[in-house]
Amino acid sequence: MTVENPSSLNPYDNLPAFDPGEPGSFSPEEREELLRRYYPDYRPDRKATLHVGPNKGEVLPDEVASILESRSILATEGLPAVPSSPDIEVDLLVIGGGGAGIMASIFAQEAGARVLMATKLRVGDSNTVMAEGGIQVALGEDDSPVQHFKDAYRGGHFTGDPELLSVLVREGPEVISWLVKKGVLFDRDPSGNLSLRKGGGTSRPRLISAKDYTGLEVVRVLKEDLLNSGVNIWEFSPAVELLQGPEGSCAGAVLRDVDNGSLKWVKANAVLLATGGAGRLHIGDFATSNHFGATGDGLVMAYRMGARLLNMESFQYHPTGVIYPSEMAGMLITEAVRGAGARMFNRDGKRFVQELETRDVVAASIIRECEEGRGVRTPSGHHGVYLDLTSIDREMGEGTVERRFPNIVKLMGKHQVDCTKQPILVYPTLHYQNGGIASDTSGHTQVEGLYVAGEASGGVHGKNRLMGNSLLEVFVYGRRVGVDAAREAMSRKPFSWHEVNLGHVDRFQRDLEKEFPGTSRPEAPILFPDYRKHPHPARS
Amino acid sequence: MIQVWINGKEWQVPEGLTMIQAMWHTGHEVIHGIGCLGGVCGACAAVYRMPGNFRLFNALACQTLVKEGMAFSLIASYPTQRAHYDIEQIPDAKEGLFTLYPESATCRNCNACTEVCPQGIDVRTSVWQAAFGDFKGVAETTMSCVMCGLCVSRCIAEMAPHEIALYARRAYGSRELPFPENLRQRMDSIEAGTYDEELVRLTRLSADQLKTECGAK
Repeated sequence: MTVENPSSLNPYDNLPAFDPGEPGSFSPEEREELLRRYYPDYRPDRKATLHVGPNKGEVLPDEVASILESRSILATEGLPAVPSSPDIEVDLLVIGGGGAGIMASIFAQEAGARVLMATKLRVGDSNTVMAEGGIQVALGEDDSPVQHFKDAYRGGHFTGDPELLSVLVREGPEVISWLVKKGVLFDRDPSGNLSLRKGGGTSRPRLISAKDYTGLEVVRVLKEDLLNSGVNIWEFSPAVELLQGPEGSCAGAVLRDVDNGSLKWVKANAVLLATGGAGRLHIGDFATSNHFGATGDGLVMAYRMGARLLNMESFQYHPTGVIYPSEMAGMLITEAVRGAGARMFNRDGKRFVQELETRDVVAASIIRECEEGRGVRTPSGHHGVYLDLTSIDREMGEGTVERRFPNIVKLMGKHQVDCTKQPILVYPTLHYQNGGIASDTSGHTQVEGLYVAGEASGGVHGKNRLMGNSLLEVFVYGRRVGVDAAREAMSRKPFSWHEVNLGHVDRFQRDLEKEFPGTSRPEAPILFPDYRKHPHPARS
Repeated sequence: MIQVWINGKEWQVPEGLTMIQAMWHTGHEVIHGIGCLGGVCGACAAVYRMPGNFRLFNALACQTLVKEGMAFSLIASYPTQRAHYDIEQIPDAKEGLFTLYPESATCRNCNACTEVCPQGIDVRTSVWQAAFGDFKGVAETTMSCVMCGLCVSRCIAEMAPHEIALYARRAYGSRELPFPENLRQRMDSIEAGTYDEELVRLTRLSADQLKTECGAK
C-alpha cells in the first residue's frame, strides 16, 4: 500500500456529500482487468519463485516463500537428538485450538481415539472466534445444496475442488444442526426458523448468524464442550516440527512449551494440522484482521515433510478493514453490513463499485480508488474510502445497525467513531488464506499419517472464498477429518519410537543449502509476530 | 509522549497506542494476555487506575488506548470453577443450574460484576435472570460476553457469572427453543437423497462444462 508523510488532518473534517447514485456493473473483461491491475494476488511485485520443496517453481508472495524456504527453529545449533522415549503417545495429535481443531478433537475422542490437542495460545484463540458475519448454509425454500455448490464454485472463479465442495454443501445442514442442539444461539426469524441473510457473490440469502458475534457464540459453546470431553489439552504448546516415521510417514510432532522453552516429543499415529491461516505475515505490508497466532506454522511444517500446497499465491484481502483510527488498523467490518445496505464512497462522495460484488473485486476497486488519487487520506499517511452504515438505518429503520451489529458499534465507539452516524474509513485487510495444504475429502495430505482441516487446508474455496463458507468448512471438515483421522489412527500398523526421526528436516535443510549457497535462510515457524521490532503495518 | 505505568513500572510512550501496543512499544513480549486483538476473545482483560481517582477500572487491553498517567496490568487468566455437563443430557434444564452452580442463587446485589464488565454487560441482571429461570433474558443480556472472567474477580458471592450465563444461554438454545423448522426440512431432504444425484453429476463434469453450469447467478 502507498504511504505518504503523516499529517494532523482529521479525515472526518470536510466530509463530502454522499451521492447515492448506483455505479454500473462490470463486464467479465472489466472485472478481470481490474483484478489483474489492482488485486495483490495478481500483481507481479513482491513475489518470489520457490526453489525447494514440493511446490518448486511456483511464484508466491515474498512473505510466504520466506517461511516455506526456511530453516528449522530447532536447528539453530544443529538438530536435537530424538530422546529415548516420547513424552506422550496418542492415537491422534491435533495441532491448533480454533474451530477446526476443537471440532476434530471432540469427534475424534467420541470415536474412541486417545487425543491430544496442542495449541499455541489458549483453546479458542483463533480466527474462528473473530468471525462476525455468519455461516453459509442452504436453508431457503428456493435454495438447495446444489445452488450453494454453484455459487461457491463460481465465487472461487471456477478453481475450487468440486469434490471438496460437494461434501461441504451436503454435510453443512447436519453440522449446523449439531451446533444448534449444543445450544448455539443463531438468530431466528419470527416463525422460529434460522434467519437467512445475504452475502456477497451468492444468488440466495444463505447466511445464518448470531448478530455480529457468530464466531464468538460458537466458540464459547465448543470450548466448553471440549474442556468437558476428556481430550488431553496442552495450551501454550505450539508444534515446531513434525516427526517422521516409517517410509516418510508422519509419526508425531515436537512441541515447545512457550513458558519454559522445553521440548515435548509426541508419538502419534496420526497428526491433524488445524493451524489456521497466515494473516500475521502481513503480506505486502497489509494490515490484517487475523488473530495474533496466525503465522502459517502448519504450512511450514507440512511443506518440509513433502506435503504439496495448493493455491498458495491466493489470499483474501477483505475489502473493509478499518484504516483509521490507526490503532484499529486491520480490524474487520463484516461484509454483512453491505448485505444490509451499507454503501461505499470515495473522497469525492461517489460510489465506485456495487457493494455486493465478490470480495476480491470490491477490494481491487478500493485499491484502485486510493491509487488513482480518489482515496481519503488518514493522519498516518495511508488512504481509505468511506463505508457508510447510516443508509442501513435509513432504509431498514432507525436502530437496525445497533441491533444487527452491536459489536461493530461497540468497538468503533471505543475509538470515538459513532458508526450509526458517521462513516467508517476502510481499506482492504489481509483476511483469509484461500489456499493451503492440499487434501482430499478425508483431510489426507500427500504425507501418510498427516491430515489437515480448516483454513490451513486448500482447495475448497479455490482462489476466492465467499463469506460464510470458511466457518462452514471449519465445522464440516473439522468433524469429518477428526473422525476419519481417528479411525485410521486406531487401525494404523504399530511402529516403534526407534523408527521416529527428524530426517525430513535434515534433508530439507540440505536442499536449501544447495539452492541458496552461502546465504542464511530465515527460521520458521515464526510462532509469534514480533511487533516490538516492527510496529503494526498501517499504523504510523 | 505520555507517561504510563505498566505492571507497576513507569514508561514514556506515544499517544494513540492501545495498552497492548504500549507494551510492545516498551519491549514487552506478550504471549499470555493476547489472543484475537479484535476485542472478542477475552484474553487481554486488564485493570487500570487514573491519577487522582480512587476507582479501579477494567478494560480489554487490545481495545483500550493508554492515557496520560494511566497505570495498568494485564490479568491474563483468572482461575474459575466450571461445571462439567452435557447440555443435551441434563434432566431438567432449569433445575440443572442449581445443581451445577448452587451458588447462582446467592447474589447479594452489590453490582460490582456489572461495573467491572469491559463489555458493558448488565451482569447482575443476568445472574438474577438465570436464578429466576429467564434463560432467554440471560441470552439477550450476555450476548457480547467474551468470557474474560473479570466479573469473577469482583463477585463477593464467589460466583462465576460468565459461566452461569453460558449455561443458561446453552440451555435456552438447546432445551427451550424449538428446533428450527427450515433446518429440519432441509436435513430431511438431504437424508432422503434429494440432491445426491445432482451433486455427483456436477462433480463429474469436465472443468469447462462445470464452468458453464455454474457461471450464471
